[in-house]
Amino acid sequence: MIDTLEQTPTLREWIEAGPGDYVNGHATPFAALRARARTAFDHLGIPTRKDEAWKYTNIEKALRHDYALLDSDATPIVDASDVADYRIDGLDAYTLVVVNGTVVPELSDTDGLPAGVHIGSLREAATSHADVVERHLGQYADVESEAFIALNTASDLNGVFLQIDKSVTLERPIQIVHVTNTDEDAFVQTRNLYLFGENSEALVVETYHSASDVKTFGNRVSEVVVERAARINLLQLQTEGDNASQVNTLQIEQDAASYFAAHTYTLGGALVRNNVNAVPNAEGCETHLYGLYILDGEQHVDNHTLVDHAKPNCFSNELYRGIVDGRSTGVFNGKVFVRRDAQQTNAYQSSQGVVLSDDASHHSKPELEIYADDVKCSHGSTTGEVEPEHVFYLRSRGLSEQQAKSLLLYAFAHDIVTELPHEALRTYLDALIEDRLNAQLLG
Amino acid sequence: MSAMLDIKNLHAEIEDNEILRGLDLTVNPGEVHAIMGPNGSGKSTLANVLAGREEYEVTEGSVTYNGQDLLDMDPEERARDGVFLAFQYPVELPGVSTMQFLRTAVNAMREHRGEDEMNVAEFMKLMREKADFVNLDHSLMQRSVNEGFSGGEKKRAEIFQMAMLDPKLGILDETDSGLDIDALKIVSEGVNKLRADDRAFVLITHYQRLLNYIRPDVVHILMDGRIVKSGGFELAEELEAKGYEWIREHADDAVVA
Repeated sequence: MIDTLEQTPTLREWIEAGPGDYVNGHATPFAALRARARTAFDHLGIPTRKDEAWKYTNIEKALRHDYALLDSDATPIVDASDVADYRIDGLDAYTLVVVNGTVVPELSDTDGLPAGVHIGSLREAATSHADVVERHLGQYADVESEAFIALNTASDLNGVFLQIDKSVTLERPIQIVHVTNTDEDAFVQTRNLYLFGENSEALVVETYHSASDVKTFGNRVSEVVVERAARINLLQLQTEGDNASQVNTLQIEQDAASYFAAHTYTLGGALVRNNVNAVPNAEGCETHLYGLYILDGEQHVDNHTLVDHAKPNCFSNELYRGIVDGRSTGVFNGKVFVRRDAQQTNAYQSSQGVVLSDDASHHSKPELEIYADDVKCSHGSTTGEVEPEHVFYLRSRGLSEQQAKSLLLYAFAHDIVTELPHEALRTYLDALIEDRLNAQLLG
Repeated sequence: MSAMLDIKNLHAEIEDNEILRGLDLTVNPGEVHAIMGPNGSGKSTLANVLAGREEYEVTEGSVTYNGQDLLDMDPEERARDGVFLAFQYPVELPGVSTMQFLRTAVNAMREHRGEDEMNVAEFMKLMREKADFVNLDHSLMQRSVNEGFSGGEKKRAEIFQMAMLDPKLGILDETDSGLDIDALKIVSEGVNKLRADDRAFVLITHYQRLLNYIRPDVVHILMDGRIVKSGGFELAEELEAKGYEWIREHADDAVVA
């Protein structure tokens, strides 16, 4: 049964309608995968806090709100001038604009992309790149055990398709501008598939923006395939408004001797859950997961990472830092698996949280499960306030308490920024962080 | 001449332990005072109370600085009005750029005095000039504040900061500890160059060694939270020869009011 509901249903109506209803009715071209995902979702249901992985985040409560399921085919309207504001100064990037999950070519600028690079809509790629899409879509993000992946996979399956061929080096970055723009409280699902060919190199920057103030909830899933010896950096910059919530899943599959770094920045949004799952699935992989979150007001941000070492001789390094103020909550939950065959694994993890107010809270939960015997693994996790000794030192040199804290917190955050592989990005992020610290947190 | 610093009957405690028990001290502009005392006599407490560290509670007495109630001022207000503490243990601030920190500090002082911000070129020139003052390698200024500095570099960096901020009252808390003789000479030379008619120093030290290079006008002996004896440089020499036990034995009849 397809498209039995005549009007756009709300998320809850859709869930209650049970098996048989795809979201928005676009059953092709991924009918079989979507049907399987719908069945899986009905079996899994929305997770509750009894679920260990959602202990700190009451996602079930957040989804009780009546969100309309947004039809990704409805013509989205966003002004070109707004898009210009979303571009990062000095990045000189190819730009792809995605509104409510749908790629808008008129607002995008991908002129001059080198041969061997394709970027566009996933729906169209299902036809134009049928073989590769068929081979990879839904192969990495686990439909059977993750409710939000299942829910996303049961949907329209529209979003961004990026493919870079073997040995292509992208000299200029790609910026993918995601805009949510709707008049009604809406649930927006986006699905991305990034295929980085053997020995390719690229920097991809995803920025997220809300163009309206209604309540929105994004359920985003990106599958990233990093082939042999490819070198990839992916930045996800979340600066949405106070009414924008999301569950964002980044599923990374790495082949031998590849390098992948995720940079996840959460400076805006209401409730944000980031699931970053990396699978270095061959020897010699290097994986870096960097994260920074600066929260105030009622914000709730939950970073949930998994590095699953299945093969020998891989290196992974995870570095997350958070600053929580107001009544906000920051969570870091990082799991590292080192499976029995993954000998000579080097896996490091560090999570640090700074709490600025009595009403803010920070939870840090490292989990290492090691089944191989010849490995080097370590984790460090701290939560605390700004060191009073450091503040006093700076005040004794004439800085106000606010200037002192701002300088110390900026340094704390800047350690993550230095890992970004592009000068313009570092400058942009430093300025955003400085502004956020001075104007919003300490001001 | 009105005193720059006038401490009367100062009592201070930390975590309910009384450390200072009726300390009196008067420092005039242009003077260098040395405060010597054994471990636990209250030397560092005095430095910290003057700089405004909140963990110390003043229970009695007064501190007047250039006519103002110093104890009523925040640490940054004291700094902007010219009080500088060279820390016994300067903290390392990973990731905090020395240049950015000092520029913020210098401009905070200038704003307080109603002056314009210093432009970058002027500031860089001043930094180089003052670094040379204490033979501080310019590359250290490119690093984070005190991060990875040796003990001697940290002490020299404190004197460098003092020269940058141009205070009226410099309080040096055991700046000599851990310095080899060459570093001690460099630090002392830096301080001597800063001596001026309108500037005063309080040197807090355990040993006489520093005073061979920075000749004080007055030497005070601090014991059990009070100044028990004051005199000229010869008092430091006598102390070095006879030890703190000699003072302790003669403390009661040796108190100089």
